[in-house]
Amino acid sequence: MARYDRAITVFSPDGHLFQVEYALEAVRKGNAVVGVRGTDTIVLAVEKKSTPKLQDTRSVRKIVNLDDHIALACAGLKADARVLINRARIECQSHKLTVEDPVTVEYITRYIAGLQQKYTQSGGVRPFGLSTLIIGFDPYTDVPSLYQTDPSGTFSAWKANATGRNSNSIREFLEKNYKETSGQETLKLAIRALLEVVESGGKNIEVAVMKKEHGLRQLEEAEIDAIVAEIEAEKAAAEAAKKAPVKET
Amino acid sequence: MMKIDFSGLESAVLRSCPNSELFDGISTTPSFQIPSTTDFDGFQKEAIQMVKPAKGTTTLAFIFKEGVMVAADSRASMGGYISSQSVKKIIEINPYMLGTMAGGAADCQFWHRNLGIKCRLHELANKRRISVTGASKLLANILYSYRGMGLSVGTMIAGWDEKGPGLYYVDSEGGRLKGTRFSVGSGSPYAYGVLDNGYRYDMSVEEAAELARRAIYHATFRDGASGGVASVYYVGPEGWKKLSGDDVGELHYMYYPVEPTAVEQEMTEVSVA
Repeated sequence: MARYDRAITVFSPDGHLFQVEYALEAVRKGNAVVGVRGTDTIVLAVEKKSTPKLQDTRSVRKIVNLDDHIALACAGLKADARVLINRARIECQSHKLTVEDPVTVEYITRYIAGLQQKYTQSGGVRPFGLSTLIIGFDPYTDVPSLYQTDPSGTFSAWKANATGRNSNSIREFLEKNYKETSGQETLKLAIRALLEVVESGGKNIEVAVMKKEHGLRQLEEAEIDAIVAEIEAEKAAAEAAKKAPVKET
Repeated sequence: MMKIDFSGLESAVLRSCPNSELFDGISTTPSFQIPSTTDFDGFQKEAIQMVKPAKGTTTLAFIFKEGVMVAADSRASMGGYISSQSVKKIIEINPYMLGTMAGGAADCQFWHRNLGIKCRLHELANKRRISVTGASKLLANILYSYRGMGLSVGTMIAGWDEKGPGLYYVDSEGGRLKGTRFSVGSGSPYAYGVLDNGYRYDMSVEEAAELARRAIYHATFRDGASGGVASVYYVGPEGWKKLSGDDVGELHYMYYPVEPTAVEQEMTEVSVA
């Protein structure tokens, strides 16, 4: 039994925790995830790699509920995600039991990040190989929030962020194009960002919208297709507008 | 994460002699360890009676339009001996929450102090104040885990949080009740009589303070274990504030001033003549 107490995550001579960095590599290989926070709407969009024909898509939901008012999407090792999500769900209910109040987004993010950190400083375990994007509305204050955690156990709040494959390019796009939005505009911004790196089409993207009143709502494929079509049309119109003035002169 | 611990339900008999031939074929019902005494049922009752002081005190609290009013007496008694007339029975947990003391003084003081620490840690971790609901639940959970071990606490947690005024009754049996009017202690029946009779939701702060003061006074008048000073505190949106602390002896003559009777007047006239 003593053998299993040996720490796997140890410092390298130049101050790195290689296991944590390798975990971040695993995240970089995971599917792309985008989160955008609007004034009254928060959107999570996830890349869906081609699903085998016989697979029941309902069993591989990538955007999940932690509670009625909090949702999570992650990039990285899906099996690790399942364990982390279960612990987070239990903590949401445990908090309700002890203080009779639903968790705030910051609280549950802190809990998940704390859990991820614990696994970088314990014997016989490896870090969780996933980064999460957590969205939700705080109870009573109704403030919308978007948080990100990573395998090292750090967390921070964002107006818009991406993780997983090509997250850098998506983040660049968001930095260039982000502005305060609400409702449908927030949804379009999130999908536009994801379309930068993903083939367009309803069957390659999974999108969920969270609003104060109705909690998390997963969009149907047809809905996503419609919005994608709108975005493509807008893009084409912008292209045409750019070319037109040149022609006239 | 804690796994539910079932080891207490395993049969003690089977554990000690697992291979005994005597027990082959005989099924024993699961049991847990019990103290070895001659009279088990009576022993439990005696133990509880021994540690259960009668909660000699009067405390009360009620919610009204302007906030929460909290009042208490200040007498501590050990049987028939009055050990102190100046006990602080309203405990300041933090600037916006009060707790009242009834039962064991040490138990109440310690656990209220402990609750104050927990509330402060919650504030630091979550960057916002804990609700009265949350604070009372923390205390109730602690008291429940010590259930049966002789703690004697009958307290009310009163405060003002984001949802407005809050009042909870929490006791050492593990009970926790949300309410608008409570009175705890041996003098509580008397206090309830006055309080329930005079209560209206829309009172001013002065009217509510006067009602609380009178209720405590009447309880101290009839209950031997209550007396000393009637303290009245008000909890509003800005936090708590102590309104008054009047000696109940003086309150008595304020409510029922002594008037000279006819017989005495006659006597003075005769002596002059």
